[in-house]
Amino acid sequence: MSIDIETAAKVAKLARIRVEPDALPALADEFNTILGFIEQLGEVDVDGIEPMTGVTPMRLKRREDVVTDGDQQEAILSNAPDSREGFFAVPKVVE
Amino acid sequence: MSELSKLTIAEARDLLRKGDVTATDLTEACLTEIADAGALNAFVHDTEDQARTQAAQADARIKNGDAPSMCGIPLGIKDLFCTKGTPSQAASNILGGFRPEYESTVTGKLWDAGAVMLGKLNMDEFAMGSSNETSAYGDVVNPWRRKGSDAALTPGGSSGGSAAAVAADLCLAATGTDTGGSIRQPAAFTGITGLKPTYGRCSRWGIIAFASSLDQAGPMTKTVRDSAIMLQAMAGHDAKDSTSADIPVPDFEAALTGDIRGKKIGLPREYRMEGMPAEIEKLWSDGADMLRDAGAELVDITLPHTKYALPAYYVIAPAEASSNLARYDGVRFGHRAKLGQGDGITEMYEKTRAEGFGHEVQRRVMVGTYVLSAGFYDAYYNRARKVRTLIKRDFDQVFADGIDAILTPATPSAAFGLGEMASADPVQMYLNDVFTVTVNLAGLPGISVPTGADSQGLPLGLQLIGRPWEEGDLLNHALVLEQAAGFTAKPGKWW
Repeated sequence: MSIDIETAAKVAKLARIRVEPDALPALADEFNTILGFIEQLGEVDVDGIEPMTGVTPMRLKRREDVVTDGDQQEAILSNAPDSREGFFAVPKVVE
Repeated sequence: MSELSKLTIAEARDLLRKGDVTATDLTEACLTEIADAGALNAFVHDTEDQARTQAAQADARIKNGDAPSMCGIPLGIKDLFCTKGTPSQAASNILGGFRPEYESTVTGKLWDAGAVMLGKLNMDEFAMGSSNETSAYGDVVNPWRRKGSDAALTPGGSSGGSAAAVAADLCLAATGTDTGGSIRQPAAFTGITGLKPTYGRCSRWGIIAFASSLDQAGPMTKTVRDSAIMLQAMAGHDAKDSTSADIPVPDFEAALTGDIRGKKIGLPREYRMEGMPAEIEKLWSDGADMLRDAGAELVDITLPHTKYALPAYYVIAPAEASSNLARYDGVRFGHRAKLGQGDGITEMYEKTRAEGFGHEVQRRVMVGTYVLSAGFYDAYYNRARKVRTLIKRDFDQVFADGIDAILTPATPSAAFGLGEMASADPVQMYLNDVFTVTVNLAGLPGISVPTGADSQGLPLGLQLIGRPWEEGDLLNHALVLEQAAGFTAKPGKWW
């Protein structure tokens, strides 16, 4: 499996990271080095093996379905790059 | 005064309780050392005022006879831990200016126990790196130098600031986190002790996430005993982390009997890598001799899937990172890129993440995105998780056969020079974690103990791997190794 420039651009887009076109060939090369390393996993016989979901066999805890937190508008907005009237502010999303 | 920063936690605790020294004395001594150690670039956010306030409070508690072991102990905190009101940015520009409104569970427990925060410590960006060269704050410099050379060496990573600060006696101990070796490798590179507990032993709540199924916080200390004392204060169930274990925390220090007679120590043949330097090979066999001399039985064991641990890790960790780091979008916290005319929300995300994330983080997020994308999920991600099952099964088998602990080298080499790996491909850097990464994949506790030096005078460490939840037993084995090796060398002060 080899990653071409087009695939590298698609991955960057999916990851929401802007990569300038002139940086794409080097990025594709790096992906290929890493994926070449990962390819070794193909040698392992994994027939009938369950993929691991958690390293410790345990049942995730459940809690009462009740409100435990809230009413912290100021604290939540305190680190926002832009907030207005008690909301996060972002560029226009819908035309 | 400056001698006080050289104390171990255990020594300081005893002096504090006797009234021979105050927490304020200890704290001032450390603050003086930190102010003098800018060349190491270990501390990146100082919290002097908080330190002095906490020290005064600790002194009051000690006077009242209410002094847990960590009371009055000055610590450095890795920048990955969210600390209320103090910059916590995982050494990334994308979290520039972020001041959490909350405290991580682990640091909260340490402050409840009376510990003192000296400041935040440098690290690789989002804990992604093995040399502390991916940090937005710049490289950390290892306090150790090669004999007769003033070349700047890496302290290792990702907890490089923590390792350098402890090795240079800027603090009594530090917190670290370990996803693939990020506590144990820097500990080995700087001649200190670093413990990664069993997955779930310490709460991950409030620790900036890298790969959630692998991340675990732990102590980085001057001695094995100090790791036992500090882990005691960090560990315990937390309802806010659904993967934190709801089981009792034993008395780790009480486990330090120094008696390992009759214990079975495994030596995994797969860790005898081709091209392993003779010095590392000798370190390993010397360590085995030390444990044998203490009455343990050495057993050759096999962990057949070891070879596949690193490739599995470099699927699973980036996959989880790409998901965890999706939250950095320029909306709720941290950096937002300046937008041009007509830029919409997608441009905001893309520009923000391109500006805010460094190169290695971008690369791993994109690799993670790729292995999770439609058409590749089964071939890469699911296959890697199946291999992870097999890696854990290897360890389960060995422990079921009666092995108490496993001895391996901690790293394939001593600390290398900063910039030395710049031209190498990323996989070369990843090989640093070859001995440590299996432990994260299997969720086991592992500890790095300094046991020797290479021909250039640089410290080298051995790793002991324990059974799940048996940190006490693991620490006891480590104590035996520490005492037998008698590694007490310190870096000469040049900074």
